[in-house]
Amino acid sequence: MLIVNIAGVILIALIIWWFWLYKPKAEQLGDDDLVVVVENGVYTPSHILMKLNDAHAITFLRKDASPCAETLMIPQLEISETLPLNKPTKIQIPPLNSGEYAFHCQMQMYKGTIKVEGGAS
Amino acid sequence: MSESTVTDSHCHTEHPEKPHPVQPVTTDMTELIIDGAGCASCVGKIEGALNAVAGVKHAEMNFAQRTVSVSGTASHDDLIRAVEGAGYNAKVSSAESDADEMDEKEQADLAYYKKLMRETWIALALGAPLMVYALVTGEMSVNTTTERIVWLIIGILTLGVLLVSGRHFFVGAWKSFLNHSANMDTLIALGTGTAWLYSMVVVFFPEAVPAQARHVYFEATAIIIGLIDLGLALEIKARGRTSEAIKRLIGLQAKTARVIRDDQEMDLPIEHVLLDDLVRARPGEKIPVDGEVTEGHTAIDESMLTGEPMPVEKAKGDEVVAGTLNKTGSIVFRATRVGKDTALAQIINMVKRAQNSKPPIGRLADVISAYFVPVVMIIAVVSALAWLNFGPTPAIAFAIVSATTVLIIACPCALGLATPMSVMVGVGKAAEAGVLIRNGEALQTASKITAMILDKTGTITLGAPKVTDIFVAPGFSEQNVLQLAASVEAGSEHPLALAIMESAKEENVELLKTSTFNAITARGVEATVNDQTILFGNEKLMHERSIALVIGDEDFVEKAQGLASEAKTPMYFAIDGQLAGIIAVADPIKEDSISAIQRLQKNGIRVVMLTGDNRDTAKAVAEKAGITEFMAEVLPEDKAKKVQELQMAGEVVGMTGDGINDAPALALANVGFAIGTGTDVAIESADITLMRGSLHGLADAIAVSKATLRNIKQNLFGAFIYNVAGVPVAAGILYPVLGILMNPVIAGAAMAFSSLTVVSNANRLRLFKAQEH
Repeated sequence: MLIVNIAGVILIALIIWWFWLYKPKAEQLGDDDLVVVVENGVYTPSHILMKLNDAHAITFLRKDASPCAETLMIPQLEISETLPLNKPTKIQIPPLNSGEYAFHCQMQMYKGTIKVEGGAS
Repeated sequence: MSESTVTDSHCHTEHPEKPHPVQPVTTDMTELIIDGAGCASCVGKIEGALNAVAGVKHAEMNFAQRTVSVSGTASHDDLIRAVEGAGYNAKVSSAESDADEMDEKEQADLAYYKKLMRETWIALALGAPLMVYALVTGEMSVNTTTERIVWLIIGILTLGVLLVSGRHFFVGAWKSFLNHSANMDTLIALGTGTAWLYSMVVVFFPEAVPAQARHVYFEATAIIIGLIDLGLALEIKARGRTSEAIKRLIGLQAKTARVIRDDQEMDLPIEHVLLDDLVRARPGEKIPVDGEVTEGHTAIDESMLTGEPMPVEKAKGDEVVAGTLNKTGSIVFRATRVGKDTALAQIINMVKRAQNSKPPIGRLADVISAYFVPVVMIIAVVSALAWLNFGPTPAIAFAIVSATTVLIIACPCALGLATPMSVMVGVGKAAEAGVLIRNGEALQTASKITAMILDKTGTITLGAPKVTDIFVAPGFSEQNVLQLAASVEAGSEHPLALAIMESAKEENVELLKTSTFNAITARGVEATVNDQTILFGNEKLMHERSIALVIGDEDFVEKAQGLASEAKTPMYFAIDGQLAGIIAVADPIKEDSISAIQRLQKNGIRVVMLTGDNRDTAKAVAEKAGITEFMAEVLPEDKAKKVQELQMAGEVVGMTGDGINDAPALALANVGFAIGTGTDVAIESADITLMRGSLHGLADAIAVSKATLRNIKQNLFGAFIYNVAGVPVAAGILYPVLGILMNPVIAGAAMAFSSLTVVSNANRLRLFKAQEH
């Protein structure tokens, strides 16, 4: 029973680490537009790295027919866009201060972040 | 339409400076949307395949957009075939209208609904008989070899259900897991996966579990998948109804326009109508684009946009608005706004954006949603451990059932949907009543308004004053006073000046040349006409210039007070230092202002009137309108001060004005309401725009926002309670006291219908009647 309990505690620790503490590598925005594919309940890539004070466009391509995937929200930037199915939608991101900007669907089941760091380009 | 899918195919073929063709011309540029291009190396392959097609001049791919621009004369079919031959899928991008987009969305939703229903039936076809068997016989255990074989077959069939009907949950859960996130798919995949795996362990290794725990849960696995698919399918149907208002607005757009070019009339798709095109609208036809009437006269029904039931007369020089209905006459108008610039397109855009925005009340739910799924997973583990440590025999079975039930019953969707669904319906409902709400925050704040400031002119009154009385002093004639007054005011945009000009026009009075003109703030004007010095303004101005207001036994101050007490604005008129008379102008109160103000007051809202007019007139208008609190002789900057003053007194202040002079006060108020002139929606400083002039729009806006907030609260309460009560019960909290442990199938049904309940409750708002007058 002790082993089972220890396994349970380890499992809880793993859940906390995997979903909350682990910081996944962010995709750096290059000169070209980045395409974020919305499919199977996730944004790919879901973690995007942007330079400080650098305006950029991100193209979202929704391939997920679920209505949950339909709305893209970036609350801190007051962006709320309806993503049509199988059509790229370009979202213009203004120059941002350093920090993390979450983007998600209406229900926050699809989640991602734009991380802004570094010097101005 | 997504920005990137807009082609320029129409733009470069029809240059405004060139003579227009009779038929829409075909283009030599095509934009294709490519599907399946996953790497940069695909670019060369796709471009090569397209460049090899006969008639193609040049093909260039934008990998980021997954689009290719192809110039040349090749047919669309040839281009698509070439891309398909290279191993990808392609379709032609087109400049689609909102209606096309909505159609596509509906088709996509329908296809997804049908897919979910198919998956539901497959899952229930296996799950339902198993469920009945379990209920009737109570025999779901594995004790004999025959039972093992039978359950193995059923286990494999259940795996088929998981792969066919539940595949999307498992794929979504896995992708989310790799992404370090967790969602509803995670919970369902874990719950049903655990139930199936445990059952298969019982089938393959019955000895590994205690005899009493050799129970299989294949029926629960299949039924849960079926029920959740069913819930999702019904949710799609219910969600469709939440966007009815926007569908109605989109439905107002005409598909074609009758354009006159080179003296020929032709029907063109509205996307082909250019600025300055002449467009004919016949009786019974929708106005296809915004424009200015150049020929004919008619009555136009604008009720679909403004909520104003009476048709509006239109003649040369008047504006017509896309989406409205031409009722009686045939008119020709010049297109002044086309495509996405029309008022209707802007309204649709504004409503769509507002529908997608969230009021602050939803923020707590957002915070909870962000942590919800991992927390539920932890509760499931804790629950299983608790049963294993302290539960009765067979502890392993209890642990599996409780963990599965916790995972299945938890519903992050209900929480996530609670706010947006209500906002979607509420904002749409407001738009139907001619009320445009900028965003969710404005919607929420409007529901809390305790004080409403109303500008008098144009808000409570019609804003179109008329000359009602002219009293002249001995030695002067009405004609003479009106002529000089109109000459002084010529060119002024002030509503009172316009009233005098209008009156002079009606009397066929000839205007004289004004040689000097000086506006005196808050007093009036001083001018020279025909070498005569004219003073035209209020009593203060006359006193300052020592003009006698009592001539003989005639007291003009008394006359002015009498006029003011009738809600008229009296203005003194002096020629060369001598009073010549009084001109009174009245701006009638709008027919329904009184009842609208009563509606606001009945709702406990303190109504305050502000005006730059004199105190007596203001008092008379306020009394007539049923307002007890008013401020007269207010300068525009004082309006903002009054807003602040009320806010300091703890009021949540709404400010209503015309959006131009009142911009600072509108911006400072908790909610700024702009009264649109007709369908002018370009009022940036307002949180809420009323498309019709009636003050009932205010009461409607507040009523809709209150109803929406009530609905959101119901949804949030329901979703919170459901999860807060459901998860502990699923974990078995009632077992020690009542001996009850929830069946995972019940949890599945509850979960499936919890979000459906939220959407259905939001849909109840569709029945809300905003206008109660």
